[in-house]
Amino acid sequence: MGQAINEIQEELIEEFGLFEDWADKYEYLIDLGKKLAPMSDAFKTEENVIKGCQSRVWLHAEKQGELVVFQADSEAIIVKGMISMLIRVLSNHTPAEILAADLYFIDQIGMSQHLAQTRSNGLVSMVKQMQHYALAFS
Amino acid sequence: MAEKLNIDQIRADFPVLHQQVNKAPLIYFDNAATTQKPKVVIDALQHYYDQDNANIHRGLHTLAERATTAYELTRTKLASFLNSPSTDQIIFTSGTTAGINLVAQTFGRANVGKGDQIIVSNLEHHSNIVPWQMIAAEKGAEIKVIPVSDAGVLDIEAFKALLNSRVKLVAVNHVSNAIGTINPIEEIISLAHEVGAKVLIDGAQSVAHLAVDVQVLDMDFFVFSAHKLFGPTGVGVLYGKRDLLEAMPPYQGGGEMIKEVSFAGTTYNELPYKFEAGTPNIADVIAFGAALDYVQAIPAEALAAQEEALLAYATEKLQKIPGLRIVGTAPEKIAVISFVIDGVHPQDIGVLLDKFGIAIRTGHHCAQPLMQRYELVGTCRASFSFYNTFEEIDRFVLCLEKTLQMLG
Repeated sequence: MGQAINEIQEELIEEFGLFEDWADKYEYLIDLGKKLAPMSDAFKTEENVIKGCQSRVWLHAEKQGELVVFQADSEAIIVKGMISMLIRVLSNHTPAEILAADLYFIDQIGMSQHLAQTRSNGLVSMVKQMQHYALAFS
Repeated sequence: MAEKLNIDQIRADFPVLHQQVNKAPLIYFDNAATTQKPKVVIDALQHYYDQDNANIHRGLHTLAERATTAYELTRTKLASFLNSPSTDQIIFTSGTTAGINLVAQTFGRANVGKGDQIIVSNLEHHSNIVPWQMIAAEKGAEIKVIPVSDAGVLDIEAFKALLNSRVKLVAVNHVSNAIGTINPIEEIISLAHEVGAKVLIDGAQSVAHLAVDVQVLDMDFFVFSAHKLFGPTGVGVLYGKRDLLEAMPPYQGGGEMIKEVSFAGTTYNELPYKFEAGTPNIADVIAFGAALDYVQAIPAEALAAQEEALLAYATEKLQKIPGLRIVGTAPEKIAVISFVIDGVHPQDIGVLLDKFGIAIRTGHHCAQPLMQRYELVGTCRASFSFYNTFEEIDRFVLCLEKTLQMLG
């Protein structure tokens, strides 16, 4: 068993707690985006695309044993940074754990604006879609 | 030499400009999306609800009369603003989109038939495409498109080749919202009239920057929104030629638009009320009158000179940024700069500039066919108004450079 979802959230909150100004925080987020494990091109299909108004997000999910494993990508690097964190928190957990998850870390690290409606970046739909996959796999 | 604007004094008229956003002074470069409102407009709204609120046109009491007079005064001001031959050719709508839909559903439905054609341009906003697609699909008509050059200029020779007697309507914008091109509407209108087609001009992006004389331009239909002209949201204007408006069937049914109603049949009211069913947006129309007064009190030449200078200054500074390409380099442009940067998604630039307190627009600008033409997912768009300053452009460019370093 890996770490529990809330342990990972606490870890992220601690990491972001190191930065005093927004620019450092965003540089870290951008860095996370750049380091996101590349998504296989085979999964970047029309079926896996989540259309935001401004940028596209691709999400693929599969079940490995009891666990749901996510892969995702985006055209925009800040969105990729957010995706990287969402995958770190939610991937490799059971459907029940994913469905029960309360993603409080996003607010605590000051990134909730990226999940606001106006951002139109596909992230809100991505989180919903991750839960739908969990439901489908449960 | 044109009189120079006192920018500090003008900025003092706009309360919203004096605030911090993300701990930095706000720089508002999203004027093509909506302009800010001078204090006189906000005061007019407040005054109306404080003192005059009443439903208009039918009440006999004093408040109803005050409200009606103020509401109709805006119509009179608009007739003068556009040089309309009469006030009853000025129809209030809820915005540009509503005006286009009104013309599509009334003029379009009555005049476009199977096998007819409607011409739009590759520069259009979705709101000047989709209403025509809807009526074309319903009637079995075709949509034809005026192509646009790499620089963002409409191909008038191609337009001439598209014209024929099956063309019933040409719908183009005066100014492109995405890239700022000023289109040669006088020529477009005159060419369309030669084959008997009518023309709708979408003036959403032009009215805040260019003078419009509907008679000199021989406009059939002209539509725009108050909120892009320093007025409130929720108000738009449709100007139409009298014979066209009179021949058009009514749009929405309801109160105000009728003369007499019985179950045997209903007769419709005269212009402009035939197209103004229901209680209109009284407060915002009245406040829009204050916006018209405000903007017309600024010497037009000085206003244009300020915007031209801002455009030239920003263009020169932005061009020096490595990897930056300006999208839309038409010789005739308003103060809008759309740009892309090699290897950087526009959305990332928009998010980070907002952290610096700078408001620009990123994305496809509701002009996806234009983005497809240029093979772009979107652009960053900085759009200026006369209340913007050279210092703001300096800080914008500096912050854009910092943004690119962060993303680099």
